[in-house]
Amino acid sequence: MELATFLIQLLNGVQYGLLLFLVSSGLTLVFGIMGIINIAHGSFYMIGAYLAWSLTGAIGNFWLAIPAGIVITVLIGMLLEWLVIRWLYNRDHLYQVLLTYGLILVFEELRSVLWGDDVRGVNIPQILAASIPLTENQSYPVYRLAISAVCLVVAVLMYWVIQRTRLGMMIRAGASNREMVQSLGINIHIVYRVVFAAGLTLAALAGMIAAPVSAVFPGMGNHVLIICFVVVVIGGMGSVKGALIASLLIGLVDTFGKVVTLEIGGVKLLPELSSMTVYVLMAAILLWRPEGLFGKRL
Amino acid sequence: MADAILATQGLTRHFGGLAAVSNVTLDAHMGQLHAVIGPNGAGKSTLINMLSGDLPPSSGSVSIGGRDVTGLAAHQISRMGVGRSYQKTNVFLAFTAFENCRLAAQSRRKTSMQFFRPAARLADVNRAAEVALEAAGLAGRMDVVASALSHGEQRQLEIAMTLATQPKLLLLDEPLAGMGAEESASMVALLKKLVQTHAILLVEHDMDAVFALADRLTVMVNGQVLASGLPAEIRANAEVQEAYLGESHD
Amino acid sequence: MSTPGTAAVSSSRANTILLMVVVMGIAVTPFFAEKFYVQFFAKLLIMGILAMSLDLLLGYTGLVSFGHAAFYGAAAYTLAMLTPPFQAANFWTSFPLAVAVSALLALVIGFFVVRMHGIYFIMVTLAFAQMLYFLFHDTKIAGGNDGIYIDVRPVAKIGEWQPFNLDNFVHIFYLVLVFFVLVYILLRVILASPFGRVLVGIKANEARMRSLGFPTFRYKLVAFVIAGAIAGIAGYLSSIQFGVVNPEMMGWHLSGAVMMMVILGGMGTLTGPIIGAAVWMLLELGLQGLPKIGDVDLGKHWQLWMGSFIVLASLLLPNGLLGLGASLLRKMRKPRG
Repeated sequence: MELATFLIQLLNGVQYGLLLFLVSSGLTLVFGIMGIINIAHGSFYMIGAYLAWSLTGAIGNFWLAIPAGIVITVLIGMLLEWLVIRWLYNRDHLYQVLLTYGLILVFEELRSVLWGDDVRGVNIPQILAASIPLTENQSYPVYRLAISAVCLVVAVLMYWVIQRTRLGMMIRAGASNREMVQSLGINIHIVYRVVFAAGLTLAALAGMIAAPVSAVFPGMGNHVLIICFVVVVIGGMGSVKGALIASLLIGLVDTFGKVVTLEIGGVKLLPELSSMTVYVLMAAILLWRPEGLFGKRL
Repeated sequence: MADAILATQGLTRHFGGLAAVSNVTLDAHMGQLHAVIGPNGAGKSTLINMLSGDLPPSSGSVSIGGRDVTGLAAHQISRMGVGRSYQKTNVFLAFTAFENCRLAAQSRRKTSMQFFRPAARLADVNRAAEVALEAAGLAGRMDVVASALSHGEQRQLEIAMTLATQPKLLLLDEPLAGMGAEESASMVALLKKLVQTHAILLVEHDMDAVFALADRLTVMVNGQVLASGLPAEIRANAEVQEAYLGESHD
Repeated sequence: MSTPGTAAVSSSRANTILLMVVVMGIAVTPFFAEKFYVQFFAKLLIMGILAMSLDLLLGYTGLVSFGHAAFYGAAAYTLAMLTPPFQAANFWTSFPLAVAVSALLALVIGFFVVRMHGIYFIMVTLAFAQMLYFLFHDTKIAGGNDGIYIDVRPVAKIGEWQPFNLDNFVHIFYLVLVFFVLVYILLRVILASPFGRVLVGIKANEARMRSLGFPTFRYKLVAFVIAGAIAGIAGYLSSIQFGVVNPEMMGWHLSGAVMMMVILGGMGTLTGPIIGAAVWMLLELGLQGLPKIGDVDLGKHWQLWMGSFIVLASLLLPNGLLGLGASLLRKMRKPRG
């Protein structure tokens, strides 16, 4: 493989990985702090992408569409928490999985009613439409670098909010001791509502910024959700460091798996079975460390 | 003096930077009751967890019946003839008292990988369960669902389950916790009877019970052994009095 | 055959008798109902088998497997791949082989996943099932996205004698019914056995079971394999019934639907999941057939109603319909005043 091609795939892999990290951060944020597993989380990745498409179409400006989309998602998230999610605290994970599975169906159909079932596309905004030349005839799109940059910025922002602000302190306290937090006069319900909305917004944001480079299609959320699960399993539940490393690992393995050719004993493994690479990786890591790379020892 | 059925050497357990248990060396013998006392947070439950295999030690060793069992899993240690009861009642609340003990007794079969015969018809298992329930004083309450038993009866069930596994060594974590005077007296009488045929390591706060039962006493404070020896010696020990016995217990 | 000592939602003896009555009723369907209903009941019974197998894990062992459909699909695909083009496979070899494949798959996947707990377990079972889904969806191993048709149903000949003809939909119906009854009886026997009691103990309090001396990993793995094998039975029967096999048979929508059937009916009862399967299928049928009101096609977006139903049922029916029935019965039996 030429250096330029390798570099392109490397950057693509990192970009995909960082996007995954953004989405799975939202999932683990909600789970870690509220103890709720929301498998409709992936649906919001899809909702974000469709919002990007429809709002850009309506407003005419990608840059305005993003904050508008964020506001809409936050509102939906808070409404959802108030309406449905708050009955799930302290319930067995089984019921959380089931209820949010029902939500997936609901969101999928709502999307179908509102925006139809066709595959859509969003144009890359003008400012970022350039490409950085790598060789004579290969270049790398600036927009993809921008995606990675945004993911990193959001990650740093999240870290700062959670570790260094009062809100973050309330959130972390609420995770370990709800009664204590409530007795301090802090309304835990509002905190949870904010956390839940924030988690969903991370997924939606990822969907929005990814829209110009990936197709916007029905079911795109489900796939991302399952990969998020793999991120959490590989990285170890509760470890942000693990989620980051796992996301990057998955991003790279998945990307390279699609372009590399691998044949063993006459059997064509790659790129034919490229969609399986991530799961094979997961199986291999589980064999070695059942608790994930950075999870607590089982 | 008989060989120790349980012996530990320098048993230590860290949680992060905190040493919950430090360098504990003690033993237990058949026909003896060795009581471990100490204030809350002294590491007594952690100690029992390491002895039963529920928690692996950070360092040190445990041997049972002369065999080194350090780091073995709970089910392996249980099968070596060790029965453990819990401080916080850990019975199967949805099952009857009988079924609780029946299941415990079933664990002694070579294997439970039997798919085609009814479990309810295993005569030897049923018998072992009945014997254990009678010994623990629950003979009349066998068919009551565990969640409907009184707190004291549930503590008795804890013991009964432990007995149903026919252990040689009993690790009892505060069996008297939350019991009234009458129930405590019954439990003490039971333990007096059991110690004749078992080795018992007892963690307790009830000082009357401890001094009525203990053949040996170990005092733990902050994860370490403060003193260890005959009950009379410990009682007279000034350090122990200051650290622990001076506190009032109900 | 009531299991000793458990405070079950309803007595299993009563359940069994009720079930026998219902099964006898279903058994006479081919005599006076059209093909559509016969095939509907066959599908219902197949889903019942699948749901019962998941209940063994969910309701009795406490293993929330979100990838159970993988074992269902694996057996179906095994038959499809054993069937030569335009020829029939041999029922007597393909059936045991298909079930064995499902069991082996469950053993391999189980080895990885059974040592995980809680939410991890749910996630990783889903992930492994997806891996299999993609294997069949993205490759040409077995028709890819479109799946494969089973042109000719398997032949059940022993020498010259053919006990049943799988080209006849009534024969298929009765074959399914026989397996349904056999699986139910097998599971009842297993649940009453020493093995079954260990599973129930594991679900109630696994840590205590370990401290009592049970090597719980082993028992969970065996339960996982048994459940996978039974799911394979359902998958094989399904491929005969429909004559086509596709990756959706391993997909997570089916896994989710089966989970829903088990919970909806009442998990840990064995009969509950059967009820759940029936209700689910009827609901699906009913919702898909909803009329158009003005411009709005209610039936087209049936998943919206289905999803809302799942949301409500999860919140309001933690013990499923069977639990609801039992608590209503209790209320009726209580003396007034």
